[in-house]
Amino acid sequence: MSYLTMFIISIIHLIPFYILINLALKTRQDTGSKWMPPDYLYLKNFADVWTQSHLASALLNDLIITVCTVALVVFVGVLAAYPLARYPTRWNNAIYTLSISTLIVPALTVLVPLYKLVVDIHGVSTYWAMVLVLTTFFLPTVIFLYTGFIGTIPRELDEAALIDGCNRYEIFFRIIFPLLKPVTASVIIIIMLGVWNDYRFSLFLLQKRSVQTVPLVLSQFFSQFQNNLPLAAAGSLLSMIPMALIYLFLQKYFVSGLAEGAVKG
Amino acid sequence: MDIVQSAKRNIDEMRKTGGRWRRFFDSPASLNLMYAPALLLFTVFIYYPIAQGIKISFTNWNGYSAHYSFVGLEKYRYMFTDMRTYKVIINTLIYGLGSTLFQNILGLAYAMLLNTKLRGRGIVRTIVYFPVIVAPIIMGYVWYFIFQYDGGALNDIMLALGKEPIDWLGNGPRAVWLITLVNTFQYMGVAMVVYLAGLQAIPKEYLEAAEVDGASGFYKFIHITLPLLMPAITVSVVLNIIEGLKLFDVIVSMTNGGPGYASHSLSTMMSDLFFAGQDAGFAAALGNLMFVIISLFGISSLKFLRRKEVDL
Repeated sequence: MSYLTMFIISIIHLIPFYILINLALKTRQDTGSKWMPPDYLYLKNFADVWTQSHLASALLNDLIITVCTVALVVFVGVLAAYPLARYPTRWNNAIYTLSISTLIVPALTVLVPLYKLVVDIHGVSTYWAMVLVLTTFFLPTVIFLYTGFIGTIPRELDEAALIDGCNRYEIFFRIIFPLLKPVTASVIIIIMLGVWNDYRFSLFLLQKRSVQTVPLVLSQFFSQFQNNLPLAAAGSLLSMIPMALIYLFLQKYFVSGLAEGAVKG
Repeated sequence: MDIVQSAKRNIDEMRKTGGRWRRFFDSPASLNLMYAPALLLFTVFIYYPIAQGIKISFTNWNGYSAHYSFVGLEKYRYMFTDMRTYKVIINTLIYGLGSTLFQNILGLAYAMLLNTKLRGRGIVRTIVYFPVIVAPIIMGYVWYFIFQYDGGALNDIMLALGKEPIDWLGNGPRAVWLITLVNTFQYMGVAMVVYLAGLQAIPKEYLEAAEVDGASGFYKFIHITLPLLMPAITVSVVLNIIEGLKLFDVIVSMTNGGPGYASHSLSTMMSDLFFAGQDAGFAAALGNLMFVIISLFGISSLKFLRRKEVDL
């Protein structure tokens, strides 16, 4: 009985992707049912979308922005999390609460004044402004995950290192940081996903085509080719591939970070 | 005494008593420097814009020109007298609370189903979680192919059954619920994973002891499983509410707020006003309203759920 349920669930959840693949393999003129696969092999949609939507440059932009943002946000976040986790003074706790509650701030609420700020510092359509903004908005999540994890590392380790003559910074870099590898893996995955798939910040801050990221480029492509659905479907499929590959090979990192955050609270 | 020896003794003494720098770096207070970069980023890119946003909402700025003037509460008055505002608030609440409700109920149900030794549960988990990695704007397009009036997959079925095709996304309220369902579909895998972890953290002894005492499955669920899952529920529900109220990408790709303004959320309406309507003041006012609403729901749900957590 449970096997049947599992089977039905799997089918239901795969249907949208089946239709997508189906659509991507059809020609534009094919008006047959979306449920029936085509009886010919037509791969030109993928080639067309690749060249016409400049997916290659979008992928590169995405890669650059993602790598830089992940690196920066992990560095700033783990640095910030250490004192907040280890030394819960009133001041530190206030800062912690402040950092976490920044999650509540909707990006859209600040996007109007943020846009004005970025314009004023000549950051529109630049990599560095995008990276700084994205870092700021993903920082609360990173700080949350790291403070939770650092809390589980016994303080005795710190004490022992202190007695051995390390100063506080040495304790952090030489002893605590290496222990954070498992959480770091999960954090990297979570942030990478958020940055790679970002649409709203790209929409506001990346106005020049040459620096736009994949979601943005694809959505513009969609508006342009509204009546050529197979082409649009092919584009969607191609855009999913990078993250899908990473997901399929590194599944456990996607899942473990969430699980830890939930159970440890 | 030898020069080397006395030098060594000096160094040792310096290490022990240390200069001001050494004492500083040994103290916990020095660590507070470590969150300085984070605070700097927050201040520049979040707190300052929030303050500016409040200021902009009192002006008639159009978003790009150098000239604008203060108009006091006019934007807020306009916002509260415009009927669209209330529709949009309700839509936002449906997106937020509706998504959260469905995602968590389904996520928990799936987690309980998969929390067994059935073979193939790894595959089901992979499949259900997969949509999480798709960009939400793309997910919207994928489902658009299904709900489209002209040749969409659903209407193909309608035609095959001999019925009239329906304009699924053409009806405002229906579009809102469909978007909510798509959002649920995409992110319920997250809830499932969180609950799976929570379920697996429940000590089996409690459930077994209850069984020995003759408890039914339902009783065990309500009195043992649910209370012990509270931390996971809190995390999942609060984060879902906050993210759901902020929903943006999937609305843009499925209906772009249409038909008319019927399916806009606060965030998509803000974006539309800023880009198309060129009314930054109104957009900022809406943005502040959105912030207030999200804070209210986020904080109150957190407080409510925290109180329900059981300490073992």
